[in-house]
Amino acid sequence: MLGYSLRRIIYTAPVLFGVSVVCFALVHISPGDPLISILPADASVELQDRLRVLYGFDRSYPEQFILWLGRALQGDLGTSIATGRPVTTEVMRAVGNTLMLASVATVIGFVLGCFFGFVAGYFSNSPLDKAASAAAVFGVSVPHYWLGMVLVIIFSAQLGWLPAAGAGPGGSSQWKFDLEHLSYMVLPAITMSVIPMGIIARTVRALVAEILAQEFVIGLRARGLSEFGVFMHVVKNAAPTALAVMGVQLGYLLGGSILIETVFSWPGTGMLLNSAIFQRDLPLLQGTILVLALFFVVLNLVVDIMQSALDPRIKR
Amino acid sequence: MADATLNTPVIPAVRSAGYWQNVGARLVRDKTAMAAASVLLLLLLAAIFAPLVAPMDPLEGRLINRLKPIGTEGHLLGTDELGRDMLSRLIWGGRLSLLMGVTPVVLAFIIGSAIGIIAGYAGGWTNTLIMRTVDVFYAFPSVLLAVALSGALGAGLGNALLSLTVVFIPPIARVAESVTTRLRSSDFIEAARASGAGAFTIVRVHVLGNVLGPIFVYATSLIAVSMILASGLSFLGLGVRPPNPEWGLMLNTLRTAIYVQPWVAALPGAMIFLVSISFNLLSDGLRSAMEVRQ
Repeated sequence: MLGYSLRRIIYTAPVLFGVSVVCFALVHISPGDPLISILPADASVELQDRLRVLYGFDRSYPEQFILWLGRALQGDLGTSIATGRPVTTEVMRAVGNTLMLASVATVIGFVLGCFFGFVAGYFSNSPLDKAASAAAVFGVSVPHYWLGMVLVIIFSAQLGWLPAAGAGPGGSSQWKFDLEHLSYMVLPAITMSVIPMGIIARTVRALVAEILAQEFVIGLRARGLSEFGVFMHVVKNAAPTALAVMGVQLGYLLGGSILIETVFSWPGTGMLLNSAIFQRDLPLLQGTILVLALFFVVLNLVVDIMQSALDPRIKR
Repeated sequence: MADATLNTPVIPAVRSAGYWQNVGARLVRDKTAMAAASVLLLLLLAAIFAPLVAPMDPLEGRLINRLKPIGTEGHLLGTDELGRDMLSRLIWGGRLSLLMGVTPVVLAFIIGSAIGIIAGYAGGWTNTLIMRTVDVFYAFPSVLLAVALSGALGAGLGNALLSLTVVFIPPIARVAESVTTRLRSSDFIEAARASGAGAFTIVRVHVLGNVLGPIFVYATSLIAVSMILASGLSFLGLGVRPPNPEWGLMLNTLRTAIYVQPWVAALPGAMIFLVSISFNLLSDGLRSAMEVRQ
């Protein structure tokens, strides 16, 4: 267990390094002069050269990378071109909102996905299985940004039950866990939960069917264990994998929230990315991507270690 | 299996043809998969023959006709925010949307398989070097990587296709590598090597036939994801540019109309959904048709 965790952590180091290289490269694969968005249109060549030295763009790529990485390790991701504020401040403000939304969505998706998955796996090839499997296929096939729009059409535009956009009257800075604020979260959270719902339902269905086909289940039944007792054994055997899938899905939602946040104007990292792209604010784009990618890598690491702790059969 | 391959390399080729015939026969009996395939074929034909099928010009509209509801005389599916015929735009939109959804997976299938097979067959340091590089790209959530790359490269069809291809190479390369690695140590490859076959011949004759099947099934399941992602990039304004009809972009420009003509605004998304669910069902059918190995 300890050995596996250590090996897994050591293995993650080069991946983290690679991820930061990719993020560094983002600014440099961008067409045109990286200075173009900060410079006034009529900037003199002299001013251009001064800024180029100031931002370090006159140095070689490896040199620039080491300087950038050194600053990033100290929590300095540069300055947003559009707002003039530090990128770290902007990202940290937004990341909390995304984390909150993604966590709620993952929990909803996990509960529904497990329910559909267990029903489908238990009553394999029955009409119930067909219905639950259809829900799973729906979850992995529906373009979530479109589902969000359809929900807004039904529940905001037509019925007027729920707010269509934003994170509450005071914006994200005055977020409170009261009914009014939570009502802003309902539609985006449900929309977001559909993807993990589908994936978890498919995983759990396969797991349950596989576990039920094993001999120890026949043994349990032969010993006269109640159906509930058998069910608990199935839960115990399916739990490590299902929880691991849930963890990875949370990571995907954190990184993939841009479309849903755009539909619902949710003030998280997705909205931040969206504005960074359209204002050609490359430091902000780079910083946000780096933070989200690091989150994803570390989350996968934690999930793997926890899974090996829960399920001692895993010794890779 | 082992004694069949010892004779000549011709025999496995014949065997695999029979296998694919079986798969095909099983797939044809799968009603859901066939329904999905028919939907896809229909949409593909409509997109290819768009100039003949579409009742009107997808780019021309009159503002006086804007945002007509579904069922309007002359505009069966209504009109968009610039008064253009929705039915015609949806038919024409299939061209770019299907192209953007399928192309990245096809390219990633070719490049990813090549990378994975080389890494898997070479093993050792070559494998470590290639697969650790692939892992770096795999460490990004797919939506994030697509948005990061096309955001940095700038909007446009070509950049969106490039970003999506990069997104789908790592998962395909990983599947190709793991299948090839497992295959590499099997007896019939060992036998081919012992009988003096070169690496290229072994890969061409023995590895490809056994590896491409599983990768192909996996790749078909990625097309649904690719459709959603590609239209998602256009929805964000990173893919196709207006006034070209593309489902994701249409969904984006119609967003402001959800209070006026909600169901017209939702139509392009329904098309993306239809295509993506059809690809998923077809891929599921293909997988279960291939799983039954005699």
